[in-house]
Amino acid sequence: MNVLVKTLLFSVTLVLAFGGVTYMLPQMEGPAPEQRVINIDDLTMESFIAIGENLYSGKGTCALCHNEFGRAPDMLAFNVTEVSLQRIADPSYEGSAIDAEGYLRESMLQPSAFVVAGFGTKGSNDSESPMSAIDKAPVQLSTLEIDAIIAFLQDKDGEPVSVPLPVAKAESIAAARALPSPAVPQSPEDVIARYGCAACHSILGSQATLGPDLNDIAARRSAAEIRESIANPAATAGDGFIVKMPEYPDMTIAELEMIVAYLTAAADDRT
Amino acid sequence: MMMFAIPIRISLARHLGTLLATAALIGFVCFGFAATASAQPGDRGTLIVFADEQGAASTNAASLLPAPVLQRDDYPNIGVSSRSIVWVIAQMHLFFGALVLAVPIFVLVIEIIGFRTGDDRYDDMAHEFMKVSLTAYAITALFGGTLALALFLLYPHLMTYLMSAFGSQVLVYAGLFFLESMLLYIYYYGWNALRYGNRKWVHLTLGLLLNAVGTTLLVVANSWTTFMMAPSGFDAETGAIVGNIWEVMKGPLWNPLNLHRFIANIAFGGAVVGAYAAFRFLSAKSAAERAHYDWMGYTSNFIAILAFLPLPFAGYWLTAEIYAYSQQMGMLAMGGILAWLFVIQAVLIGAILLAGNYYLWTGMARSEGSARYRWAIKYIATVLILGFLVWVTPHNVIYTTAEAIKLGGRNHPVLGPLGIMPAKNIAVFLMLIGTFLSFQLYRRADKVITVSWQGWGNALMTSIYIVAVLNIIFAGVYYGYFTNTVYKVGSSVIQVMSTLVVIVVGVVIDSLMFRGARTLRVSWGRVTNRSQYALFALPIAFTWLMALMGYVRSSVRTHWHVYTVMRDNSADNFIPTLQTVGNMVTLVTLLFLAFLLFIFWIANLSGTRQLPITVDAASPGARVSA
Repeated sequence: MNVLVKTLLFSVTLVLAFGGVTYMLPQMEGPAPEQRVINIDDLTMESFIAIGENLYSGKGTCALCHNEFGRAPDMLAFNVTEVSLQRIADPSYEGSAIDAEGYLRESMLQPSAFVVAGFGTKGSNDSESPMSAIDKAPVQLSTLEIDAIIAFLQDKDGEPVSVPLPVAKAESIAAARALPSPAVPQSPEDVIARYGCAACHSILGSQATLGPDLNDIAARRSAAEIRESIANPAATAGDGFIVKMPEYPDMTIAELEMIVAYLTAAADDRT
Repeated sequence: MMMFAIPIRISLARHLGTLLATAALIGFVCFGFAATASAQPGDRGTLIVFADEQGAASTNAASLLPAPVLQRDDYPNIGVSSRSIVWVIAQMHLFFGALVLAVPIFVLVIEIIGFRTGDDRYDDMAHEFMKVSLTAYAITALFGGTLALALFLLYPHLMTYLMSAFGSQVLVYAGLFFLESMLLYIYYYGWNALRYGNRKWVHLTLGLLLNAVGTTLLVVANSWTTFMMAPSGFDAETGAIVGNIWEVMKGPLWNPLNLHRFIANIAFGGAVVGAYAAFRFLSAKSAAERAHYDWMGYTSNFIAILAFLPLPFAGYWLTAEIYAYSQQMGMLAMGGILAWLFVIQAVLIGAILLAGNYYLWTGMARSEGSARYRWAIKYIATVLILGFLVWVTPHNVIYTTAEAIKLGGRNHPVLGPLGIMPAKNIAVFLMLIGTFLSFQLYRRADKVITVSWQGWGNALMTSIYIVAVLNIIFAGVYYGYFTNTVYKVGSSVIQVMSTLVVIVVGVVIDSLMFRGARTLRVSWGRVTNRSQYALFALPIAFTWLMALMGYVRSSVRTHWHVYTVMRDNSADNFIPTLQTVGNMVTLVTLLFLAFLLFIFWIANLSGTRQLPITVDAASPGARVSA
C-alpha cells in the first residue's frame, strides 16, 4: 500500500481513537451563571442575607477554603460573632476592630491583620494570611457584597444582623452631601491626614510602601517637582510604583502649598 | 591539525561572545520596544484607588474606555457558532505558530553542532528542518490574519477593549513579524551562501536573531492570552485600562505561560519534524536515503522527548500560579467539570511516553552494543504500563443508585484510592524516570565506557535512581494518604525535585563517563518500518494534547472574556460537553494533519526535478517524459 495512504490511515485512526475517549466520559455542560440585577429599593433583610449566602459559596469563593477540609477555619461550624469577639480580646490581636462586624470586615479586607494559629502562610509563623483581600482581583467583592456576607454570617448563628440594609445610591449621595463640610485644615499634618497621604506614603510615622517614601523627599525632589506631582500626578507617574496616585481636585492652593512647604523642609527642621 | 585547532577555538570564543551579545541586544531592544510602545506618559497613568462607597469611579477612570457590558444582541450572529469558528482558526494558528517558532531553535543548535564538529550532515539536516518550517510560516501568517479578521467580525466589542489595553503594542507585534519574515528568509535562502568560515558566523548570528525575534513574538502574543485569564493594570470599578502597557502585560500568569509554551513548542516542533523524517524514511528508495532519514528521525525524537521531560514541571508552575491567582479558577480546572479532561490528558501523555520509549527500544537494534541493556526494557515497559493504568483510573464515575449500592459507595474499594492525585503523581513521575532510563540506555548502547571510575559512576547513578524512586513513592503515599489535605500539594515538590535530580545528574554523569569512550558502529537505517509509526504517533498525540490543554486553559475563564472584568454574554458563554470538546479537538487535529501532509509534499516536491522530455524512437511523434 502507498506510504501516504498507510500513514494517513494510521494517523486518522489514532486521532479518532483519542476523540473516542471523550465519548466514554460523563457528558455535562457548564452553563454561565444567570445575571441578576437587584433593585436596592426592593431589598429586604431576608433577601439581603440570601444574597450573602449565595456570595459565600459562589462569587466570594469563601467556601472553597473555609470548609471541613482544614485549609481555613470552617465558619459554618461555629458561632462567628462569638469567635470574632474572642479574637478581638486575644492579647496578640493588633487590628482595629472593636466589634464582631468590624472584625469580620477587617478579616476580609486585611486578612493578615489577625491570623488564626495554624492557618498562616507556610513559613510566616502565622504572621501572614494566605487569603487575598476580598475586594481586590480576582474576587473583587463590592462593599455591598461584603456587607451581605457579614449579614449572612451573623444571621446563620441566630445573632442580630448589625449591617444596615443598603439604600439606593441617590439617597446615599444625598445623605453624604448633607454631611457638614470638614473643618479647614490648619497645619500640614492636618492636610496630610485629610487627604490620606500616609495610606500610601511613609510620612508622619506611617510605614506604607505603596508610594515613594516622603520622609526624605526633599533630598530627591525640588519644591516645583513636588507641587507638580501632587497637582498633576499623571505627569509624574512611574517611579516603579504600580499603584498610581489619584488626583485631588478639591485640594485648595493653600493646602497644596502647606504640604509642599512641609515636604521640602529638611526632616530635621520638622522635628 | 593542532595548528588550526587553537585559532579556531579562539575565533569560536570571540565570535560566540559577539554573537550572543548581538542577539541579546536585539532581543532586548525588540522586547523593550514592545513593552514601551503604548506607555505614553499621561494617557493612563493614574490608577484610581479611592472610589466612593457605592463604587462610582473617579473622573479620570470614567473618562477612559470602561470594560464593555454586553447583551446577547451585541454579538454579530452569522448563523454559525462564533466560538467554534474562532476556536478552529485560533488553534490552527497556534499549531503552526508553535512549529515555526520552535524549529529554528533546535535548528540553530544542530547547526552549531555541525559547525563545531565539521560534520556537514548536521548542516544538511538543519537546513532540511528549516524547509519544513519555511512552508509552515506562510500558513501561520494566513491563519493569523484570518483569526484577526474573525475576531474583529465576531467579537468587535471585545477587540475594541483589548485594543484599548494593548494599544500600539499590536503594531510593534506586526513590525516584529516583518522582521521575523526577513530573518527567516535570509536564514533559509542564505544557508549555502554563508556556509563556511567567517560567513558561517554571519549565518549563525542570523539564526540567533531569528530566534530572539521569534521568542519576543511568542511572549508578546502570550500577554494577550494571560491578560484575558488574569488581567492587570485595570481599574477595579470600571474595568478601564489605567496601567501602562508593562503593567497590562505583566500579569501573574504571563511568565509561567511563556516558559510552558516555549518548552512545549520545542517538544511539538521536534515531534512534527520527526514525522516528516519518518514519512521520508518510509518513502525512501535507497539505503543511503533510509540511513539519512533514520538519523533525522532519531534526532527529532531526541529533541521532542528531551523537551517533553521538563514540561510537567513548567505545567506545575503554571497551575500553581493559577491557583495562587484564583482558587476558583484552579479548582474548576482540576476538580470541577474540566477535571474529566485530565483523564484524556493521561491517555495522551501515556501514548506519547509509550511511543517515545518504543521508538528508543526498537532503535537499539542499530547498535550491537545494545544487547547489554535489552534486559531492562521489559521492566521499564511494566512501569510505563502500570503507571499509565493508574493515571487513567478516574476517582469515581457516574453510577446508577443500584450500581452504587452494589459497589458499597461512590468509590471502588480498591481502585478508588488510585483515582486521586497522589497516586497519579507517583505514576507520572515514575513514568518520567522510566523514560529517562530508556534514553540513558539508548545513549550508552553504542559506547564502551573507558574511564577508570566507571564502577563508581554506575553505582552512584543506580543509587540515585533507587533513592529517587523510593522518595517519589514515599512522598506520594505518606503525604497523599496519611496526612492532612493541606500537605498533599507539598509532596509534589519532593517528587519533582527527585525526578529532576535523576535527569540532571544522569546527564552530567554520562557526559563525564563518555569522555574517551570507544564508540561502536551504528547502522543507521537498520530499524523496522513499524518503529516509524511511533514517530507519527508522537506528533498526533502532541497535537491532540496541545488542543485539549489549550481548551482547558481558555475555559477556566468560564463566562468571562476577560476574567472578572468583561463578561461573556454571547450565545457560547457555557462550557460545552466533553463530546463537543472531543469533536472540536479531533477536527482541528485532522485539519492540522491535512495541512502537514501538504507541507511534507511541498517540501518533497521542491527537491524533485523533472528529466528532459525525449522523443520515443519506437513511435515517432510521441513525446515522453523520461
